[in-house]
Amino acid sequence: MLLLIAGTITVLVVRNLFVATMMLGIVSFTMALIFVSLDAVDVAFTEAAVGAGISTVLYIGTLAMVGAQEKIRVKFAALPLIICLAVGGALFYATYQMPGYAEADNPVHKHVAPRYINDSGKETGVPNIVTSVLASYRGYDTFGETTVIFTAGIGVMLILRQRRLKRPPPDGEEEEDLKTSLNGSISGLGSDHDLVPHLVSKLLIPFILMFALYVQFHGDFGPGGGFQAGVIFAAGFILYALIFSLEEARVILNEKVILCLIALGVLIYGGVGVVSMLLGGHFLDYNLLSHDPVHGQHLGILLVEIGVGITVTAAMLAIFYAFVGRAEIEIEQLD
Amino acid sequence: MFFEHFNYWVFIILLMVGLYTVMSRTNLIKKMIGLSLFQISVFLFYISMGKIAGGTAPILIDPAPGAAPIVYSNPLPHVLILTAIVVGVATTALGLSLVVRIKESFGTIDEEDILKLEDEA
Repeated sequence: MLLLIAGTITVLVVRNLFVATMMLGIVSFTMALIFVSLDAVDVAFTEAAVGAGISTVLYIGTLAMVGAQEKIRVKFAALPLIICLAVGGALFYATYQMPGYAEADNPVHKHVAPRYINDSGKETGVPNIVTSVLASYRGYDTFGETTVIFTAGIGVMLILRQRRLKRPPPDGEEEEDLKTSLNGSISGLGSDHDLVPHLVSKLLIPFILMFALYVQFHGDFGPGGGFQAGVIFAAGFILYALIFSLEEARVILNEKVILCLIALGVLIYGGVGVVSMLLGGHFLDYNLLSHDPVHGQHLGILLVEIGVGITVTAAMLAIFYAFVGRAEIEIEQLD
Repeated sequence: MFFEHFNYWVFIILLMVGLYTVMSRTNLIKKMIGLSLFQISVFLFYISMGKIAGGTAPILIDPAPGAAPIVYSNPLPHVLILTAIVVGVATTALGLSLVVRIKESFGTIDEEDILKLEDEA
């Protein structure tokens, strides 16, 4: 916990944005460890894969394009500090009204949670309560969230894939800087000289992808599920693209395929809902998918998780391709 | 007694640091990082609420015969935060892509410089 506080304050203080990004990754990873100790294994899984993995890659990709040094400011910002302290003070005051930490009779454990814990096993046949609540009881929410990811993936692609408008080149010196910094980072992707990373990643990537599939299909029984599996799968591909090159990754999965996959995931999810409606139930009412309600629930959860997994994988890859592709466009234009 | 609200206090400190970063830094990337910190602190708050002392992860297991019933931590906050993390990274990516575009059209990602350029134009 104290490590966490130290980490965040470092993030605030350091001027070099690369260092700040790495510190943010460390904070995320520490947070994942804390989540494990708080019994939230599924969440810890996601935080480790997303916070410490994908988002760090995205930040570094952005930094490679925009430069890593924060401007040194002389002005001291008093107003934000006062507002922060006021908010913090009010929240501290509020904690004295809160029920104690980790007590079993806290209000948060009173309403729907006992029902999930007591009945979800019988009703869905899925031991992992988080999975069954996610995909079945709160299926509408998850559908909405999948759509948000879908929208974000499409949005990033639209924003970054447009060709840059021709504008008068700025002074040559700056351009030269930009070029060297880009060559140092992004176009260094996939050089032929890094024998060790090549070999190690060739060994690792199949296992990463296998592990993602395991997480996907074992999510009913242990920690895991579509969101985590999607992120891990995407991480495997991103590793491949980083070590070899974007071109070689594109040969396997190009942008058009990814766009189709993003939509396919949402379609599978929505399709399950529509099928259950056609069978005479409500939207996302899995009981009717099979002759036996419990089997139906199990099947529905499995299908929906596959939909989520496909959308998350494809959206993460779309975002990554968009960022790296952007950097390559810049290099071409500079040449 | 003193540590009764320790987790909540850590959450508040993280939240304050995040909020301060967002408000006081003019660099847009630093603002995004601050926003991520803010997000992480809220995750911590939710997960802390779901914890029950002596509880275990919410994955159903058969209790040993004769043993006390197993206490599971509250699964609901876990579900909410699980999806929030993934949605969070998707929105962060969207924000970062906007930063890239801003850099391309203004040549800087510092808020004050951008405002200056806008005034001149």
